[in-house]
Amino acid sequence: MDWAYLFEISLTGIASGGLYALAALAFVMVYKATKVVNIAIGEMLMIGAYLFFTFAVTFAFPLWLAVPAAVLAAGLLGAVIERSMIRPLLGEPPISVFMVMVGLSSVLVGLVELIWTADQRRLPDFVSNTPIMIGDAFLAPKVFYGALVAVVLIAVVLLVFRYWRGGVALRATASDPAAAYSMGINVPRVFSLTWVASAMIAAVSGIIVGSIGGISSSMGVFGLSVLVVVIVGGLDSVLGALVGGLLIGLVEALAGAFLGGEYKLLVTFIVLVLVLMIRPYGLFGTHEIERL
Amino acid sequence: METNPQGGHGNAPPLLQIDGITLTFGGVRALSDVGFSVAAGSVTAIIGPNGAGKTSLFNTVSGFYRPTCGQVRFKGQDITHLSAPKRAKLGLGRSFQNIALFRGMTVLDNIKLGRHAHLKTNVLDALFYLGRARREEAELRADIEERIIDFLEIDHIRHAPVSALPYGLQKRVEMARALAMQPEILLLDEPVAGMNREETEDMARFILDVREEWGVTVLMVEHDMGMVMDLSDHVVVLNFGQVIAQGTPVAVQGDPEVIRAYLGSGDVGDLRRRLHAGLAAREAV
Amino acid sequence: MRIGTLKETYIADAALFDSRTQQVWLAVGAALLLLFPFMASDYWLYLACLVSINVASATGLNILTGYTGLVSLGQAAFMGLGAYTVALLELRVGSPFLLNLLAGGFVAMLGGLIVGIPSLRVKGLYLAIATIAASFIAHFLFANTAFTGGTGGLTVPPAKLFGVPLDTSFRLYWVIVPATVLMLLGGANLFRTRVGRAFIAIRDRDISAEVLGIPLLRYKLLSFGLSSFYAGVAGGLWAYFFRVVTPESFPLSMSIFFLAAIIVGGMGSILGGILGAVFMTMVPELLKLGVALLPRGTELTVFLSPVRTVLFGLLIIGFLVFEPHGLAEVWRRIRRFFHLWPFRN
Repeated sequence: MDWAYLFEISLTGIASGGLYALAALAFVMVYKATKVVNIAIGEMLMIGAYLFFTFAVTFAFPLWLAVPAAVLAAGLLGAVIERSMIRPLLGEPPISVFMVMVGLSSVLVGLVELIWTADQRRLPDFVSNTPIMIGDAFLAPKVFYGALVAVVLIAVVLLVFRYWRGGVALRATASDPAAAYSMGINVPRVFSLTWVASAMIAAVSGIIVGSIGGISSSMGVFGLSVLVVVIVGGLDSVLGALVGGLLIGLVEALAGAFLGGEYKLLVTFIVLVLVLMIRPYGLFGTHEIERL
Repeated sequence: METNPQGGHGNAPPLLQIDGITLTFGGVRALSDVGFSVAAGSVTAIIGPNGAGKTSLFNTVSGFYRPTCGQVRFKGQDITHLSAPKRAKLGLGRSFQNIALFRGMTVLDNIKLGRHAHLKTNVLDALFYLGRARREEAELRADIEERIIDFLEIDHIRHAPVSALPYGLQKRVEMARALAMQPEILLLDEPVAGMNREETEDMARFILDVREEWGVTVLMVEHDMGMVMDLSDHVVVLNFGQVIAQGTPVAVQGDPEVIRAYLGSGDVGDLRRRLHAGLAAREAV
Repeated sequence: MRIGTLKETYIADAALFDSRTQQVWLAVGAALLLLFPFMASDYWLYLACLVSINVASATGLNILTGYTGLVSLGQAAFMGLGAYTVALLELRVGSPFLLNLLAGGFVAMLGGLIVGIPSLRVKGLYLAIATIAASFIAHFLFANTAFTGGTGGLTVPPAKLFGVPLDTSFRLYWVIVPATVLMLLGGANLFRTRVGRAFIAIRDRDISAEVLGIPLLRYKLLSFGLSSFYAGVAGGLWAYFFRVVTPESFPLSMSIFFLAAIIVGGMGSILGGILGAVFMTMVPELLKLGVALLPRGTELTVFLSPVRTVLFGLLIIGFLVFEPHGLAEVWRRIRRFFHLWPFRN
């Protein structure tokens, strides 16, 4: 057993887990406020990456301008999505909204292929290439800094939910929009803001993931791993997104290293099935009780 | 004060026997040592303030909840650990507090569904339809039309989707579905909730007719005291998950424990004095 | 104008096609189906077979998702099980094709039962996600077992009926379409009986259904088994039609296609399954035809694939937002209009 190798793999796994956690955060945010399972999270990530590509390469914006521009544009898209597809389906069964998200992912993939073709592209480098060494273990700098950004953002959001009264408003809106409305909470505004914030976080995640592995119209498959992360962590738990992300990142890295690359997704999905059978609400999710 | 622990007539064994049922959810004790019996052919009412555990009791009898301890005996058989569908097959019919009709089906289909446990069509019969399924469906339809739809006067809405019906008619369809279950005992959870005077009287009439013509025993949860007093042979009073009184309607009505449960502690005279004092104080301001 | 129809027996009231007009249309439809292959070109025969296979699979999914309310994204995986079974039997055993189709159905049914076992504990969208996982696991198995030909897949010899190889669309039409019609009839019959009612009850209120006498696990498993049997047979027909089965033949996007088909067509109605499958299969074809007719048509074909993807997504979103009960509801409105004409309401 090559412990150094194991350590290195684990480190990479945990770091990429941080990226999963960031995308999972975007997912959880939307679920917490609107009870929508955003299966298009991978595609929203992709759009963020492509928006950054447009600003940074096509328009040749400098980095400090391209990133915020992409993030804001993504936020705008989030607002448009919420207004046109989510709001009209309030009160419909969850399967309907789920399928709308499936439709959305199709639309986004098609749009990307239409505008940029299905070819893979590279994002401009903005991180130094000096490798990060932790002890004897090598960690790719992009992965490291990406994970760092992820963890910082998650910490910020966790604090915001805890100490800002808006966090409570969010939870109220999710569990009973009508009651929240009559309590004076501006439910439509909460919905919009949530989707905007989620889209922006997804965009940041997309930029990071894109700069590590390149961007393509099939980037959305990342979303499937994110789905597993949120199931493991709990659909409505921010802490769960963090812990779940780190866990799944670790598991995938180990599976990839010791079983082979094609086993990564398989192992992830087996974990998913196990979690669904043993503890469907995940590590930190809230249990829904049914009444007769 | 227990006036009469055993409901009903003579020495016939009770149709339904509840003994020492305790039901806990996490830290909450919904039912504590609840026990009573229901005689065959009687109308028994379970009353009590909101949150007393009445629906929890019904759910335990139906099989939706498993009690932490205690026994439910039906026709002498211990059914405490029997699954809910099997209890339906034995003859426990049920209607629900908040109407539980199936919105995707018509009135007729909802009623036919009640008969599910007694039918024999399996999936292969169903796919090919022409043999056993067709016969069974025709017999079922004839039976329901003659015995239930006519009886409950709902022939004009039999093909209507249930979601289009007004509340009172939906409740009647619930009753019809419960009757289709060929029950020996009918568990009715607030059968007249939200109904006006006329609808309540109609439902009361149906309940009595069901007992007379079908020989069905009725166990109902009710808040409408008029219904309870006029219809029931035996009344069980629950409060905070415990039986605080049971007996004939008249006996229970006068029971001080029962009065205290509904009106709170202290006597009525004192309550009246406090009310008047409060009103006077507000007027003085 | 037709407002009420008089029935004199309960059996007549329960019939599938209960009015004179409907029976006449049914006869016309049957005649058209019989005459079609003799009048149509190869391309249209190909389309008819493809549409038919899709209708069969969509009906299966409708039973599970539309009628029983169990959302499944595994329809393609079950089709794959059927297709592989048929391919392997045809290649290695050489058994008669009808038997192979039934075997394909049974293997897929077993898969469905396995996936359905957790459906008591795992509900709603969690179940949908579990079916996605099942899809991936199936895909992995197809691609990584030597027995199933690995990533290269298998080539399927043509089905043989009395020694005649069924290797043209014309010949296959006479197997595929009757099979589909039988499956449709079975589906329609199902909902005239207690089995179908139980499915709908589970969808609408499963807890109450149990108290009313329906054993939940048994019926949920039945629904899974039946719908995956349909998928397996459809997959087997697919294998005989396309004659090549690879792990990429049944991707997750195909499951999404079928789910979209029943949403667009109308969940919870047999007609909805038919309309949805026809519509979703024909739209890309019509798009292709339309683009070919445009003046700069040949240059635009490179955009066909992404445009089709976008259109697909827009159709799903559009129907869910504007017409959630699907084409079947649109059809019902048209029928009501003609029944009531010249009155308006």
